[in-house]
Amino acid sequence: MPRIIKYIFYDILRTRFILLYTVFLFVCTFALYQLDSDTGKVIMSLMNVVLMAIPLVSIVFTTIHFYNSYEFIELMLAQPVNRKTIYLSEYLSVGLSLCFAYCIGIGLPIVFYGLAPGSLTLLFTGLMLTLVFVSLAFLASVLTRDKAKAIGLALLFWFYFSLIFDGLLLWIIYTFGDYPLEKVTVALVAFNPIDLARIMMLLQLDISALMGYTGAFFQDFFGSHIGIVFSAGVLLLWILVPLILATKIFLKKDL
Amino acid sequence: MISLQQVSKHFGKLSVLSEVNFNLEKGNSYALVGPNGSGKTTLIKSILGMVIPSLGKILVDGEDIKDHWRYREKIGYMPQIGRYPENMRIGQLFDMMKNIRGNTANTDEELIRAFNLHKIVDKRMHTLSGGTRQKVSAALAFLFHAPILILDEPTAGLDPVSVEILKEKIIQEKNAGKLFMISSHILSDLDELSSHIIYLFEGKVAYHDTIENLKEQTQESRLGKAMASFIKEKAFTHAIPD
Repeated sequence: MPRIIKYIFYDILRTRFILLYTVFLFVCTFALYQLDSDTGKVIMSLMNVVLMAIPLVSIVFTTIHFYNSYEFIELMLAQPVNRKTIYLSEYLSVGLSLCFAYCIGIGLPIVFYGLAPGSLTLLFTGLMLTLVFVSLAFLASVLTRDKAKAIGLALLFWFYFSLIFDGLLLWIIYTFGDYPLEKVTVALVAFNPIDLARIMMLLQLDISALMGYTGAFFQDFFGSHIGIVFSAGVLLLWILVPLILATKIFLKKDL
Repeated sequence: MISLQQVSKHFGKLSVLSEVNFNLEKGNSYALVGPNGSGKTTLIKSILGMVIPSLGKILVDGEDIKDHWRYREKIGYMPQIGRYPENMRIGQLFDMMKNIRGNTANTDEELIRAFNLHKIVDKRMHTLSGGTRQKVSAALAFLFHAPILILDEPTAGLDPVSVEILKEKIIQEKNAGKLFMISSHILSDLDELSSHIIYLFEGKVAYHDTIENLKEQTQESRLGKAMASFIKEKAFTHAIPD
């Protein structure tokens, strides 16, 4: 496995995309720190970048990378190498390089400007979201043979979780406003990793004004600490479930 | 060494292989022939575990290959269309394969030299012509002294000189007791290279015997003619309703 990971890493580094991504995050973070001297506010602004940009970049890059390494996967499949090893090596290499870029791009400036409450949570949720969307991209990639379709599916995942889901949630709350919806909403939020990450951040920052209906109820329901543990656990499920599903499909796939 | 038992494969409603049975013995060379789309490549990919049969069993050295991967150490495979990481250099590709196989010392580099690949190790894969790619594929298949060699249209796209080099290599290894499975449309090549013939038609084994027997049955001296008269005869008998 380490040998295969080595070659995939080499391939990822060759494209230089990861380098550009790191620089982009780095410049963004530094610029935000320059604009505002209040680290708490900077963390808030960064949170919005993390919640929108990280999932998008992770899912699109992973899908494109997967299709570009099809030749490598095909080549390896004719060799005495376990299919699962090939697949998990792909996952680990992509996941780790994106996480690495994130740690350098956002983590370094944060540490440089001094840790504020919430900055560690920001780092943690960013890493979790990266892995969640890498998992979803792997799922999208094994569901179809066609590269364009897979990228379309990946973008659909992103649109769904960052825009459409919230709309649906609001619609449900408005439509069924006469009923006690609190528990239902908490359950529904668990179905969106981006919302979970947002709530986790807001619980940590304790900005109730920005938490909205679900966030406020979330805090009320779980209390800050259990809330954070709960959302971290569900995020972990969001990483594992699509990955396990994708691996199962890949093991039975004809190439 | 390789044994297929009732192997069937369908993609959705399309049936590509149906109830294929045969045993391949060590030291023999099998020609796999059949019209386009008769399931030759699917059959080869099933043996390699790249395509998973819908039904049936494939045994390599008496071991069911389902969910196994170690048996592929025994197989050298030359694909019909060699697809390689485009940014890699030829030399890097060979190094990587040796590294992945965990075998850097005991390799057979005869074809690398014969094809002059060692002079272009710095060329990137995406700059290679189709023929050079074929040479790389062939060199990779023979690199690890694998006792089973599966070649999918090995001579397609190669220049006449390289075809002769490859054929010589195949005959040499065959005489050393290796099992060959060669799919091709060029019957004159197969006439020289193989001892047995498997004729695949619409996913079924329509004929499986030695080439000598086929020639005797059809009273022809060349494999090409023998195949043609066999197919005509078949078509003729099929045309008559029972």
